[in-house]
Amino acid sequence: MSPDGNQLDAFAVDVHAILERSVANLHSHLVTRPTGRAVRFAIERQLEEMKGPVLSLVDLKSVAILDFSCADEVVAKLLLRDTDTGDASSIPVTYFVFQGLREHHLEPIESVLERRSLMAVAQRHGGIFELLGTGSPEERSVWLLVEERGRIPSEEVTRLFPESAARDILMRLLARRVIFRHPLRGDLLALSALVQEMG
Amino acid sequence: MNVVPVPSSLDYRSFDLLAEAVDQIGAERCLLDGRRLRWVDPVGMIGLLGVGRVLTERTGDPPSLQLPASGEVLSYLARMGFFQAAEGILAVEGGDRKRGTGSSDVLLEVTPITENHDVHAVVERVQGRAGTILSRTLHYPHSAVVQFSVILAEVCQNILEHADAPGWVSAQTYNWSRRLGRQVLVIGVGDLGRGFRGSLMSEHAGRFGDRWGDATALEAAFIHGLTRFPDQGRGQGIQQIRKQVRRWDGMISIRSGTARIADVPEWEDHPPLEEGLAPFPGSLITILLPERALEEEGAA
Repeated sequence: MSPDGNQLDAFAVDVHAILERSVANLHSHLVTRPTGRAVRFAIERQLEEMKGPVLSLVDLKSVAILDFSCADEVVAKLLLRDTDTGDASSIPVTYFVFQGLREHHLEPIESVLERRSLMAVAQRHGGIFELLGTGSPEERSVWLLVEERGRIPSEEVTRLFPESAARDILMRLLARRVIFRHPLRGDLLALSALVQEMG
Repeated sequence: MNVVPVPSSLDYRSFDLLAEAVDQIGAERCLLDGRRLRWVDPVGMIGLLGVGRVLTERTGDPPSLQLPASGEVLSYLARMGFFQAAEGILAVEGGDRKRGTGSSDVLLEVTPITENHDVHAVVERVQGRAGTILSRTLHYPHSAVVQFSVILAEVCQNILEHADAPGWVSAQTYNWSRRLGRQVLVIGVGDLGRGFRGSLMSEHAGRFGDRWGDATALEAAFIHGLTRFPDQGRGQGIQQIRKQVRRWDGMISIRSGTARIADVPEWEDHPPLEEGLAPFPGSLITILLPERALEEEGAA
């Protein structure tokens, strides 16, 4: 199901299942760069079959060990590829939510996001959504407001963000795809709200 | 025939004596005299294998290794899988050599790393053993097994990604009762590849000019996270290992070519950078993780 009628495709990726399918010998840990690359390629192949925009739920809950090389391939490079239009012509515009994150996943993921100046929306194993990466306090504050509201109708955007500086931040968050703007109505949606609406 | 004495205690520091002795000899057949060997750790074992390879390439034949007189050391080498790893590299002579069978007291036997799958196998193999040793022996939190596995994975990848040559990894705990009064986990990783200078040369040597050498290459990778890859995401492995080792008050050192660089904790008496060592190809990485002191546990 998609919000307001087929504006967004969605698909879920169980990274552990991809790990088993994509990499020979059924590796259960997300370690080494070639393994991470194989998993990323598998996700990208699935994305290439979709028509955009796409909400992609990348589930890491069954990944016991995640090293920095794999975090770079499976998290940072997915985000980079999606925002690098020159390299991503065959991949639709994609909004990523990294799900099932446990404490030991955070350090590798935060580290690669910071190194590449990226942001990502993550859902902890317990269900809480958070913004990871290099967001400034102001960007985090704006993201949190959208996250708490879930959906902000287009007519309320100016009232909630009266200053142009805040609206500039909003534009940056939209460009980084950590917030979704409904293409027809102009409503702002938190990715968590999209996840819930997609069922 | 050249005879090279193996130091009676062979670890990351005394390996330099062995490398010096090997550097002195020519292309004649060689005997590594290990009869006086009383103590050896994973770094010493991997260093000995490296010496075997270097001498094989130099002389055309695997050097002979005269085994230690100590039955305890022999048994230990067997349990650590040293003799299996040494097949084709060292011609082992004398002694009552017992085959290792993966004894339960061994954390990680001497394991060749030649392809991606080997790294996965190492990470898989240490899961149960490392969890027990880290929590019961070193008194680290239960979650430490994950960080430890990541360290192993990153350090083994260093061989595959940067050395362009096979290598080995091994790990074991020791009671450093006299030196430190605590248990210490020792990880050794070595290869005979291109070394840090060779790996970084094409991309980075130019900016260093005359200063370029083993020490500057090690500083570039170890301190500044430079790699030969233009990809900004590369070079994190060593940085993250250093960060985690510091959290555990451990030591990491890398010997490559004629230099060694290290992050040295207060309890270890060792210079952070050494130059002018006897040349040895590839790289030899040592990681020491000490048991948590009781006051640290109380504070945690």
